[in-house]
This record gives sequence, C-alpha cells and structure tokens, in this order.
Amino acid sequence: METSKVIHAIYTDDDVLMSAVKRVKAEKHHIEEIFTPFPVHGLDKAMGLAPTRLAITSFIYGCIGLTVAIVMMNFIMIEDWPQDIGGKPSFSYLENMPAFVPIMFELTVFFAAHLMVITFYLRSRMWPFKKAENPDPRTTDDHFLMEIAIHNNQLELENLLKETGAVEINIVEKEEAH
Amino acid sequence: MYTFSNRLKTFSIALIIIGAIGVVYGFMTSHKSFEDVETMLAAEASHGGGHETETKAHVVAGDTEHADNSHDANAHDALADTEHHVDDHTKHVEHVQHQIANRPWSALYVAAFFFFMIALGVLAFYAIQFAAQAGWSPVLFRVMEGITAYVLPGALIVLAIAVASGTIGHYNLFVWMDPDVVAHDKLIQGKAGYLNLTWFIIRGLIFIAGWSLYRHFARKFSIAQDNADVNDNRNFKKSFRIAAAFLVFYIYTESIMSWDWIMSVDPHWFSTLFGWYVFASMFVSGITVIALVTIYLKSKGLLPFVNNSHLHDLAKFMFGISIFWTYLWFSQFMLIWYSNIPEEVTYFVTRFQDYQLPFLGMVVMNFVFPLLLLMNSDYKRIPWFIVMAGIVILCGHYIDIFNMIMPATVGDRWFIGIPEISAILLFAGLFIFVAFTALTKAPLLAKGNPFIKESEHFHY
Repeated sequence: METSKVIHAIYTDDDVLMSAVKRVKAEKHHIEEIFTPFPVHGLDKAMGLAPTRLAITSFIYGCIGLTVAIVMMNFIMIEDWPQDIGGKPSFSYLENMPAFVPIMFELTVFFAAHLMVITFYLRSRMWPFKKAENPDPRTTDDHFLMEIAIHNNQLELENLLKETGAVEINIVEKEEAH
Repeated sequence: MYTFSNRLKTFSIALIIIGAIGVVYGFMTSHKSFEDVETMLAAEASHGGGHETETKAHVVAGDTEHADNSHDANAHDALADTEHHVDDHTKHVEHVQHQIANRPWSALYVAAFFFFMIALGVLAFYAIQFAAQAGWSPVLFRVMEGITAYVLPGALIVLAIAVASGTIGHYNLFVWMDPDVVAHDKLIQGKAGYLNLTWFIIRGLIFIAGWSLYRHFARKFSIAQDNADVNDNRNFKKSFRIAAAFLVFYIYTESIMSWDWIMSVDPHWFSTLFGWYVFASMFVSGITVIALVTIYLKSKGLLPFVNNSHLHDLAKFMFGISIFWTYLWFSQFMLIWYSNIPEEVTYFVTRFQDYQLPFLGMVVMNFVFPLLLLMNSDYKRIPWFIVMAGIVILCGHYIDIFNMIMPATVGDRWFIGIPEISAILLFAGLFIFVAFTALTKAPLLAKGNPFIKESEHFHY
C-alpha cells in the first residue's frame, strides 16, 4: 500500500486552533483534516469547507415522513378499517384530518431526525465495526489535531505550525485510504 | 443619543390624526335606527337565489349567537307567546342593530390590545434575557426598552376601553357587564363573583401596576449600570433578580389578563390553554417588532454594533415562536373539535361559518408563510426577508386578536373597513410615537451591561 507523509500539529485550545487554521489557510496550505473533541463553531468556514447539505437531506426526509403519515393514516383509518373518529362517522379523510395531524407531525420529525443522523454517520464514513480513523486518542479528550500533507515543505510547515502555537508536532507515515 | 427624526414624528402624528378621524367616523355611523336595520335585513334576504346558502348560514350563526348571549332566555318565554313570530323578528333586528353598534368599539379594542400586546411581549422577552443572563442580546436592550415604554399607556387604554364599553357604552364588548343579561343567565350569575366590573378594574390595575413597576426599575437599573464603575455590577444583579420575580408574576397575570380582557367576551366558553395561546401571539409579535425596529434603526446607521448574527437570532425566534403559536392554536382546536361538546364547540362553529377566511387565513399567515420563508438559515440574515415575513406575521396576529373578539361582539357583521383600519392607524401612530420618544432618552448601546462585549462580538 502506498504511503505519504503527513504532519500532525496538536493544540490544546479551540481559540488557538481557530487562529492557527486562519493562518495556515492564509499561507495557502491545504488542511487534510482536523480532529476535535467537540464541535468548534466556525471551523468549517475557516477551513474553507463547502457548506453542508445535511439540512437539505433533512428537509427531504421530513417531506417523506409527512407523506408516509398521510398515506398510512388514510389506509389504516379510512380504507382498511373505517373508523368512527370522535363520534363523527363521516369516513372522510378530509373531515377527520385534525385527528391525524399529531401523527403527521410526529412522523415528519421522526423521519427527519433519524434519517438525518444516519445520513450524517454514513457521510462521515462511520458504520458498525469500522476501524477508527482517529490518529490520536487524545483528540477525544482535550486535544485538537490538525493534519497537513507534506509536499517537500516539511521544514517550512513545522516552523509555521510552531508559530501558531502548536504544543506538539509529529511527522507520520500515513497509509493511503484509496 | 438617538433623535426622533422629524419625518417619523410627523408620520406618527399623522397616523394618530387620520386614525382618530376614522374612529370617530366609525362611531358616528354605527347607530342605525330600527327601521334602517329592518330594511337592510330585508334587502339581504331578498337577494335570494345564489345567496340562499349564505342566508341559511346567517340564521344558524344567529342562533349560536343567541345561545351565547342570554337573549335566549327571553326567546324561550316568547315561544309560548302567540305573537312569537313578531317578537322573534323584533329581537333579531334589535340583535343585529346591537352588533352594528358594537363594531367601532370592537375595532378600537382589537387594535388597542394588539399594540399593547406587542409591548408586553417585548417586556417578557427582555426579562427572559436578564433572567437567562443571555450574552447575545444586550446590544438590543435599548431597542426593547424603547418598545416597552408603551406597556403602561397601552394597557391603560385597553382597560379604559373595556370599562368605557360597560359604563358609557351599551355593553358593547362584554355581555357580562350588562345587569339585564346577567339577570337572565344562570351561568354568568355563577361567575358573577369573578366577572363583575369592580373586581375586573381592580385586577386590571394590579396587572398594569406590576408590569409597569418592573419596566420602570429594569430601565432605571439598565441606565444606572451604564454610569456605574466597570467592576460594579450591582445594578445588573438587581435587574437579574427583579427579572426572575417579574417572570413569575407575568406568567400568572398574563394568563388571567387573557381570560379577563379577551376570553370573557364569550362568558360561557372557556379554554384552559387560552393564556398560553395569547402568550404565544404576543411573544412572536413582540419579537417581530424588535426585529423591525432594529432593522429600521440599523438602516439609519444608528446601530453599528448590531450584526447579522443578531438578526439571525431574532429571526430564529420569529420562526420558532410562530410554530409554537401554531402548536397551541391547533391543540386548542383539536381537543374541542374531537370531544365535540356543544357548549365548547360553538366557539369554532361560529368561526368556521362566519369567519372562515380570517380564521384559516391567519394560519397561513402565521404558520405556513414564516415556516417556508424563514426555514432557510441564510434568509434569516437578509433584512428585507425578515421585514417581509415580519409584516405578514404582524398582520396575521392582528387577525388572530380580531378572531378572538369579533365573533362574540359583532357576529357575522364583521368587515375590515374604516373603523378597523383607522383604529390600527391610531394605535400604530401612538405606538411609534411613544416607543421612539423613549428611544431618544438614553444611548442606543447599553454599554454598562457586563455582557456587552460578548454581545458585540457575537458571531455565529
């Protein structure tokens, strides 16, 4: 398997990390990945990542949930086994609609939330029994790790990262994922 | 310091004058003679043909109206009478005559309550910011303080109109104020210990005193904090404590106020979540007005410290509370619709028969419109989007109050015409005048607030 050299810079504060990211971006280096113990607001923008499309998928899932609820209630309560709802045996979907609104609401939320989380996991390539990609377990506690690929500029990068306040700099041989 | 621009001042005074003329005109034209109403009803009935269904609906609505008011006690006696046909006709004409006379009162009351409710909603929002020690909002405090200046005059006007309708008027808003009605109505008699004019006035004055006291001291501490030493946060702490106390007082009094000032127009009907429902309406209207005033002042370059993250948060509240309002609107409706108990369901029957357009239209304006317009995160930062959504939300919540009062007072004789629009103009002018005058009294940045730096740097 092919290997490449990457540099791992470790920070202990999210504000320092943020200014370091801005500095590195200003020097026109490409940041491979950043590992943090908690979500850092504005980090995606500072890294220049494309805006997330997760919200759009969530909206679509919500619409699917709403549709499922409408069709399901029509089948269960009106077609398959017509129900007398609230002493109003009209057996009309439209007239009984208020009784179905809570179900529509719940299924909209259920679909939107669950499917969005699952999408998020898959998009982040996290599935059961997956080997963790995390290069340093300390990033799950209180350290922040910035990974930058080295292209014959090791010294320059090391100096830059030291200036930005990295507490530790490691050079790592990384197996290419693809 | 902000100076109330002459253009805006002239505009607000012009609104007050035009509104006042319209309101007077509304009152002057509301006294129809018995014969006039009789001719009008005959003309409506003789349209026939395509209007037949409409007339039927009207008769049904008239019946529910009668069931609501206690005139039915008389009507039942009249049934035994051989002349009951003539008597019924007279009663119906008199009833319609009374409804027509109620219209300018109701129009005035709805608009007065709407603008008062905005100020009270802002006051609650302001208190929440202090109680929660919010870090994002202190740059908006002076805007909120300006708007809440309207709580005292606004509330006094609402109470004055309510009391006047039962003293100098002919019981045009609250039928329980009419001793003649109470004498024939067992249900209202049972509630007379609570629903009587003296106790109504005392309660109203207690509410107004509590709200105004909090507003007075919160404003005082806010300004004192500006002038205090950097490390001296005593005024802020005092404000924090009274905000917490006020919120407890507010949630009780707001609820009772909504029963008194709104729900009692239908003295037979009650809903246990009515206080929450009115709260949602006032809260979302208040937040919308904060956003609109902020955008206005920012467009004049007076709020350089307000950035689009602050607007984003206000718009999120507009979006969220609109959905909260819908949740309560639907909860109230669904339970009553489901159980279908006659004395409860008349409330919605009247609204679906005579108020279908405003009743369902407001759900579109207060729910569907903000939901679709403000769902996208980026749109919540665009001022003209917020203004557009805000205007629709405000119109929707005016109609919400309209739907709460009008069916009980004017029945199917409603229209949004000169009396209603003039009343809106009158109180809009007064509201602008009072709020912007209050804005000139202090710098637009509450610089002494311990969270002001966090708020200025607020970025999301």
